[in-house]
Amino acid sequence: MIQAVALADSSRVLPHKLLAWASAALVLGWLGLGFAQGASGTAFAWWHYAALLALTFLFARSLARCGFFIGDVTVATIVIVIAALLGLFIFFPVGKALLAAVLDNQGRFAPALAIERLLSPDIWGLGCFGGGTHCGVAVNSVMLATIVGFGTTLLGLVMALAAQRGGQRFSSLYSVMAVLPIVTPPFVIALALVVLFGRTGLVTGWMSTLFDIPRTRWIYGLTGVTLAQLLTFTPIAFMILHGALAAISPSLEEAAQTLRASRTRVFRTVTWPLLRPALANSFLLAFVESLADFGNPVVLAGNYEVLSTKIFFAVAGAQHEPGRAAALATVLLGFTLVAFWLQQRWLGKASYVTVSGKGDAGLPAALPTGLRRGCVGFAMAWIAFTLACYAVIAVGGFVKDIGRGDMTPMLAHFGAGFAIEWQGGRLAFVGSAWDSFFTTVEVAAIAAPLTAVIGLLSAYVITRQRFAGRRTFEFLTMVSFAVPGTVIGVAYIVAFNVPPLELTGGLAILVLCFVFRNMPVGVRAGIAALAQIDKSLDEASATLRASTLRTLHKVVMPLLKPAIVATLVFSFTHAMTAVSAVIFLATAKYNLATVYIIGRVEAGEYPLAIAYSTVLIVFMLSLLLIVQWLTGSVKLGRRSQADLVTGH
Amino acid sequence: MSALKPSRATRWLAAAGLAAASATPAFAQQGELVLYCSVQEEWCRPMVAAFEKATGIKVLMTRKSSGEFYAQIKAEAANPKGDVWWGGTGDPHLQAAEEALTDPYVSPKLDELQDWAVRQARAAKFRTVGIYAGALGYSFNTQELAKRKLPEPKCWADLAKPIYKDDVQVANPNSSGTSYTMLATLVQLFGEAKAFDLMKSMHKNINQYTKSGAAPARAVATGESLIGITFQHDAVIQAVSGAPVKIVSPCEGTGYEIGSMSIIKGAKNLANARKWYDWALSADGGQAIGAANKVSYQVPSNKKAPVPAQAPKLGDIKLIDYDFAKYGSSAERTRLLKKWDDEVGKLAK
Repeated sequence: MIQAVALADSSRVLPHKLLAWASAALVLGWLGLGFAQGASGTAFAWWHYAALLALTFLFARSLARCGFFIGDVTVATIVIVIAALLGLFIFFPVGKALLAAVLDNQGRFAPALAIERLLSPDIWGLGCFGGGTHCGVAVNSVMLATIVGFGTTLLGLVMALAAQRGGQRFSSLYSVMAVLPIVTPPFVIALALVVLFGRTGLVTGWMSTLFDIPRTRWIYGLTGVTLAQLLTFTPIAFMILHGALAAISPSLEEAAQTLRASRTRVFRTVTWPLLRPALANSFLLAFVESLADFGNPVVLAGNYEVLSTKIFFAVAGAQHEPGRAAALATVLLGFTLVAFWLQQRWLGKASYVTVSGKGDAGLPAALPTGLRRGCVGFAMAWIAFTLACYAVIAVGGFVKDIGRGDMTPMLAHFGAGFAIEWQGGRLAFVGSAWDSFFTTVEVAAIAAPLTAVIGLLSAYVITRQRFAGRRTFEFLTMVSFAVPGTVIGVAYIVAFNVPPLELTGGLAILVLCFVFRNMPVGVRAGIAALAQIDKSLDEASATLRASTLRTLHKVVMPLLKPAIVATLVFSFTHAMTAVSAVIFLATAKYNLATVYIIGRVEAGEYPLAIAYSTVLIVFMLSLLLIVQWLTGSVKLGRRSQADLVTGH
Repeated sequence: MSALKPSRATRWLAAAGLAAASATPAFAQQGELVLYCSVQEEWCRPMVAAFEKATGIKVLMTRKSSGEFYAQIKAEAANPKGDVWWGGTGDPHLQAAEEALTDPYVSPKLDELQDWAVRQARAAKFRTVGIYAGALGYSFNTQELAKRKLPEPKCWADLAKPIYKDDVQVANPNSSGTSYTMLATLVQLFGEAKAFDLMKSMHKNINQYTKSGAAPARAVATGESLIGITFQHDAVIQAVSGAPVKIVSPCEGTGYEIGSMSIIKGAKNLANARKWYDWALSADGGQAIGAANKVSYQVPSNKKAPVPAQAPKLGDIKLIDYDFAKYGSSAERTRLLKKWDDEVGKLAK
């Protein structure tokens, strides 16, 4: 089959239009037949996929020869193949999952049931405001997200102001804050909070012994989750606002000062309006991350239900209701899409760069004294709190039971999870955590290069080539940013559970999930890197009669090496710490580290969970340091002003 | 040339990762077994280790509560991923058997088992078998109780008293077989109407519905909760390791469980699944691991297996005649769980 395709491609006799139509028809027909047969048909084997890929290549090349894509075969292949992959692995599953919301348990179309599910008071009830008991889960999620959005923006602003204008003590803060959220699995902060403030927590114990304050479960619920999410997402807000503050030209503030404005007035009338777009961006980012967050609520939410955990329990818990899960997923997706759209409309186009190249722009205006002292003080306190949480994690694996205050050093927890023995002349990894650790590393290692390739090729095509449909293609590559991990997880189990695309339970589905979730990051990194490379290099290559493929290979890729490294590292660490999508996809055979840790947390086995988290963080930090050492520096500039990522 | 280093490093990483991953199947020759384990993980792990050592079969194990595995097996019925479901209360196993989600198998070890275990197997037409038994009850933290000067609870009705507000922890009966056993026990003790009234009053005192049935025992041991409703053997584990807990057999009478094991229909490693089945029922194999590692204080179902000294003696406890056939049936279990969701689960806190 593949040979036939290759033959057809190189043939000069067959008309290109015919080839294009024929290959398209074959691909669609084959897929269509597979879906029509549904559960009773056979699953596609690897060679089915290879053949379909070959046909797609043929289609792309014939299309190019017909005149589309300015006749450029390479560009056509990249665009068509990536668009087809996106269609198959993002739009198809999400569409099928949303469709499940309008089907009943037997698979028939049931609009009344759909309306009942989507508008149920379970989701939208406003009971808690009127002195009642429960609010709907969507209302809970939005309340939490709004509080966290405001909170992180405020905290990020305070810390950014302190860092930039409060004195010289904070320059190293930036690098620490930039690294933390990348290497931390999403539930680690929540875990630390339980150890500190749970009913039998360290701090609760001290308060009870010293001040006789009764022990309660106050940390479980809205308070706890808010605190955890504030601690987790503030570094991100900090980075955005720090970047925004740095981009404000001091000359505007100096001009205001020379016009005799007081420092307060300068801040209020010059600095603040220039900051507003960044503040809005930071709010939206935190809003979406909070909505999509799964790790923190699953540990700390207690009886406070949010969308992401409710979806999980509807699918994986004892009440197996895929229809209800689909309805909840629709609601969640709706929220994130609205936020994504708002962000693109308001902020995607605005320019907040006021720095031009004209000589010395001066020093930024100092803050009013009261404000400065407040900011610096608060920033130091917050940083101390964050570091305390990480310290708990670092220490917790090495003592008997940090939660109970039992600090006898012991390595038994590491032993339970990571024991290695000699058995029959070979190293046997008998610890219970090794299986999931190796699988996670394996999956991440396979997914990272694929992400980089797809992402960077897309970035090249978007920035360097002009063809009809470029805007649409760019939009398609960005859409998976807006889909929360929980929704993708549900979508994958719903869509890939039956033939012809029967992928659940295997390794492939985990790899695919990571590749397509992280692809937008590769695209962003590629676009940012390519913006630095002058187009004239491409043009010079073209005048020397090099094809696009050769230009890509010999000119562009070598210059993109830093972006490639950054994407590889980011995709790898993100794959190691992802939880909200893969908690549905991990199985006994292919278990993942984060899923295993959450299992331990739910069973109350905190010491092993903490020990494992420590191992993960240390592993990823070492990786980052090694890569940094090998390449000089890794520019992990994934968080530009216009970035929006939905959760881990 | 330095530009080549990063890609080499990542390639090394990928290679190292794959090499490490392929180092694990030291037992690849004997095949593998996907095990769904529903007892606490501290018991699952030594079972897996012992079986791997004895047979050389690689075991891939996940741990979930029995209600959750029932739901998972049902969801995967078209394409089963697991081979054996070991542990957890009998009711979900019986329901799975009734719905033909599990395969019948008559083990050669059946003659060595106690009567109640064989009765369990016959009731399910040999689709499941009893592997241990244990009595239901609750435990409380003696230090916390003394500190707060509260009276000791002795009966089921005591748990609904307002003095214990926010002090009781139990699992959600949808996910946990332990908690479903409590539901069915209360129904059989007091009749359905009174039982649900009692659970509604108890609801005000519940601080958290956990997912795992044994988690409340751990919470009581650490003092995180004052009272926890679990099987008595779960609390014994905590008491033996030195926690200040006292175990109560409620005065009105209490129920018990027959922990069970089933082979999943459509198991991909059927031969290995049967090997596990036989090994798990043998007196010197699976039946001895729990007691030897101090992680199980249930009564094992093999007559020749050693019974741990601290195991609660079933003969001394006031047990009801638990109707496993009725409360393990699909219709009754679904109905009761739905009723619990509607009348208790949705209540205000």
